Amino acid sequence: MVIENKLVKKLATTTLIVLASLFSATSMAAQDITIGFVYVSPIGDAGWTYQHDLGRLEMEKNTGVTTKYVENVPEGPDAERVIREMAKRGDKVIFATSFGYMNPMLKVSKQFPDTAFVHATGYKMGKNMGLYNARFYEGRYLTGVIAGEVTKSNVLGYVAAFPIPEVLQGINAFIQGARSVNPKAELRVIWVNSWFDPGKERQASMTLMSQGADVITHHTDSTAVVQAAEERGKYAFGYHSDMSKYGSTAHLTAATHHWGNYYTKVVKAAIAGNWKPENVWGGYKEGMIKLAPLNPSLPAELRNRIASMEKQLTAGTLHPFAGPVVDQDGKIRVVAGETMSDGDLSGMDYYVEGVVSKL
Amino acid sequence: MNLDIIESILFATIIAGTPLIIVALGQLIAEKSGVLNLGAEGMMAMGAVAGFAVTFHTGNPWLGVLAGMVAGALMSLLFAVVVLTLMGNQVATGLALSIFGGGLSAFVGKPYESEVLEAVPTLRIPLLADIPVIGPSLFNQQPLVYLAWALFGGIVWFLYKSRSGLLLRAVGESPSSAHSIGYPVIRIRYMATLFGGAMAGVGGSFLSVFYTPLWVEGMVAGRGWIAIALVVFATWRPFRVLVGAYLFGGVMVAQFFVQGSGLDINIPSQFLSSLPYLATIIVLVIISRDQNTVRLNAPVSLGQSYRPDA
Amino acid sequence: MLRLEPRAQPSQLMSYASPLLAIVLMLIGGLILFSALGKDPVEGFRIFFISPLSDIYGVGELFLKATPLMLIAIGLAVGFRANIWNIGAEGQYIMGGVAGSAVALYFYESEGPHILFLMIVAGSVGGMLWASIPAFLKTRFNTNEILVSLMLVYVAQLAVSWLVHGPMMDPDGFNFPQSRMFEESAILPILIKGTRLNAAFLFALSALVVGYIFMYRSFLGFQMQVAGNAKNAARYAGFSAKRMVWIGLLSGGGMAGIAGISEVAGPMGQITEHISSNYGFAAIIVAFVARLNPIGIFFASLLMALLYLGGEQAQQYMNLPSSISNVFQGMLLMFLLGSDVFINYRLTWKRG
Repeated sequence: MVIENKLVKKLATTTLIVLASLFSATSMAAQDITIGFVYVSPIGDAGWTYQHDLGRLEMEKNTGVTTKYVENVPEGPDAERVIREMAKRGDKVIFATSFGYMNPMLKVSKQFPDTAFVHATGYKMGKNMGLYNARFYEGRYLTGVIAGEVTKSNVLGYVAAFPIPEVLQGINAFIQGARSVNPKAELRVIWVNSWFDPGKERQASMTLMSQGADVITHHTDSTAVVQAAEERGKYAFGYHSDMSKYGSTAHLTAATHHWGNYYTKVVKAAIAGNWKPENVWGGYKEGMIKLAPLNPSLPAELRNRIASMEKQLTAGTLHPFAGPVVDQDGKIRVVAGETMSDGDLSGMDYYVEGVVSKL
Repeated sequence: MNLDIIESILFATIIAGTPLIIVALGQLIAEKSGVLNLGAEGMMAMGAVAGFAVTFHTGNPWLGVLAGMVAGALMSLLFAVVVLTLMGNQVATGLALSIFGGGLSAFVGKPYESEVLEAVPTLRIPLLADIPVIGPSLFNQQPLVYLAWALFGGIVWFLYKSRSGLLLRAVGESPSSAHSIGYPVIRIRYMATLFGGAMAGVGGSFLSVFYTPLWVEGMVAGRGWIAIALVVFATWRPFRVLVGAYLFGGVMVAQFFVQGSGLDINIPSQFLSSLPYLATIIVLVIISRDQNTVRLNAPVSLGQSYRPDA
Repeated sequence: MLRLEPRAQPSQLMSYASPLLAIVLMLIGGLILFSALGKDPVEGFRIFFISPLSDIYGVGELFLKATPLMLIAIGLAVGFRANIWNIGAEGQYIMGGVAGSAVALYFYESEGPHILFLMIVAGSVGGMLWASIPAFLKTRFNTNEILVSLMLVYVAQLAVSWLVHGPMMDPDGFNFPQSRMFEESAILPILIKGTRLNAAFLFALSALVVGYIFMYRSFLGFQMQVAGNAKNAARYAGFSAKRMVWIGLLSGGGMAGIAGISEVAGPMGQITEHISSNYGFAAIIVAFVARLNPIGIFFASLLMALLYLGGEQAQQYMNLPSSISNVFQGMLLMFLLGSDVFINYRLTWKRG
């Protein structure tokens, strides 16, 4: 028995040592684990890709892994080659951060079953391909409330890229928010048919302001709209990033995106070996959406109201598309007492009441 | 429609037309000498990035315009060496310059993406700016708007009133006879090409320093090509360049006003965005239908290499 | 001082040496560029020109990328030889993709080899229709084809954007701007397993052969060559200028259209707004680097494709902007056009 005991002890200690060395091996190896990011535009200083890059850096700090990224990857056949190259060199997780990467990523994911593929803003999942997106419209609703309060002309302006559901959700949430406090508010929308064309974005902003809009915002990727508002002495909301640097008086706040927590979670799960493809659509509750610091010129009462609405969004008691939601043509889309389902949200193809432009 | 809206449409039209005028007038001079430089897009891109970088570092937009001018001229010098000294094909070299300029500007401009400049204030001309409606839109404008007008005046005078202008046109009409009476054809073409490049650079710097004001890859967005189209469209006459540029600017601006107005017209925004290009084609057709005008005004030797001692 | 002296006869030697000279000059330009950026030029050249071809997949990608360039460039070369300047192949490429996609979507959920065949035919017709606009305006109103074809590129881009936001949108695609994924029967077969190289490469090779026969062995090809070299001679010989404009533009448009549908039915597998990828413009460089010669086009397309892939690698592993590809491409063409002078002239040293 004594011998046995000794043996057990010995065994136990060796096991411990082996386990410990195994653990240290994995933690040592964290920096050998590479994670790939595919970006649709240059990182720049503000905007969609910039926010993803902030998330990447935060995740890198939290997990100690090595990250690599490629900017400006076209959303066509070239994307497949870039994603494949990342998978081939052994990246553990690959994040593709734009809609157009969905089909190329799906194809590559089938060839590399041991790699975790994660795609932003799409709708197709795979055995080893997950999805993530954020409820951008929650932030939009709050900016709409502020817009409804500060507008004097009751005309709001919106410069937008393409009429896809995500953009329409933003437009509609914005005017829903504005009309919740100011039923006279109306919204004019100009489509510039480009995610990124500062010249056009500026021209569209100038047009909106000369048509009476005194609060404008945008769903495009440059800072031109905020700059234009600053120049004309009107108000603007940034989008994606805090854009106060581009217009300290015009910039009231911005609906901003935050991916760091989510990236950290996914990478930790992948290292631990228990990552599973999921479809994540996070909002205030998950910390993916926040408002940039409010402009100090806004009245304290409004600031407090926004702060409490933020709490309600986090708690899930406030929904930007709570019924009744009526569209531009007077059709009831959500009846009173209900909220819009995720399915209806992701297929949105109309303007709600209050938008004066036509689709 | 109230006067305010007319005023702001007019204002935006003038702004949108200005870079086109500057670039097209420069190309007009080059083409009058017989040189067809399709590289305006690339020269504008280089002008835009150089103008932005210098303004960003010095804080002086005028130094930026100067830098844009130099950058554009350097690009056209490259073009001139290939087509004038080495007698390369003008169409192909111009295209190469467009692609090269687009790539190089994106390359050197990388660090400036996402930087911002302070907007340059408009320059108000006293008295004139007080005229209702057209006053504020015409005479309370970006300084380069006035410069474009001055350039227009200067070019009209140069082409039709000065001896050098006559010489330039002679070189474009018949380089061999100009050469035989002792004029330096190649040198004159060099100067005209460099002028065209310099103006393309100024036009580019207008975009990045005064118009947006920021720098991004691809921001010229086809304006160089439109400027070249404008020269044909204007049948090589400066006044028509002026009118054409504002017309084009107007179409570009008007589509936004239609969209923003909420008018109940069911037209896809893509169709509205394609209007400026369709308008250009239609006007080109109208102009070129009248073969006589084209033949009378087009420089005869346009696009052809010339070698004095060949 | 250095002077250019005309040669009695064009130098045969220089016509082969000048592309090589241009490549050498481009490499020197690259050397200066890498050094100026503080990158090791040897490492730079390795990443740019060798690492894209490290495995069979990479080689497949090279040919895949070169395929549309070959198709478009051979079509354009036919017109360029007769001084018909079709600069808008990009738009014809897009419209070819659109027309072919319409067939694929029409036959959605049906089977049979006729689908692919009809798609290719529709693609070339689509490209030709788009090219027939500048051809018609040129022959009827004498409108400059450079400008018209170019303006139509922007129109084509907006048209495809409208289509994928409207009539061609995937009905189950949550309103995202793209068509359905094509069925297997509407996808070009893969040539080498494990790569993306598809049957379009065979189209490109046949197009080069047909182009060669047309240019060097047919009377019409000869006519067009004469018309390009000496307008007046052609007029005296009674060649129809209008006919040449039509042939020049339609060949470019038809080939660009086939390239467009090949891209859609090949690596894309669906039509989206991102079909436009500058092949139409790059093919113009290819045509000139190849001096409008079909064999040259084969090699020039591969070189251009390598410059793209290399740029992508430089972006991934050297953190250089992807625009470096355009810098190299522009340099190559400028140097080539410049060094071509030595075919007809030689450098001499003259005192005074």
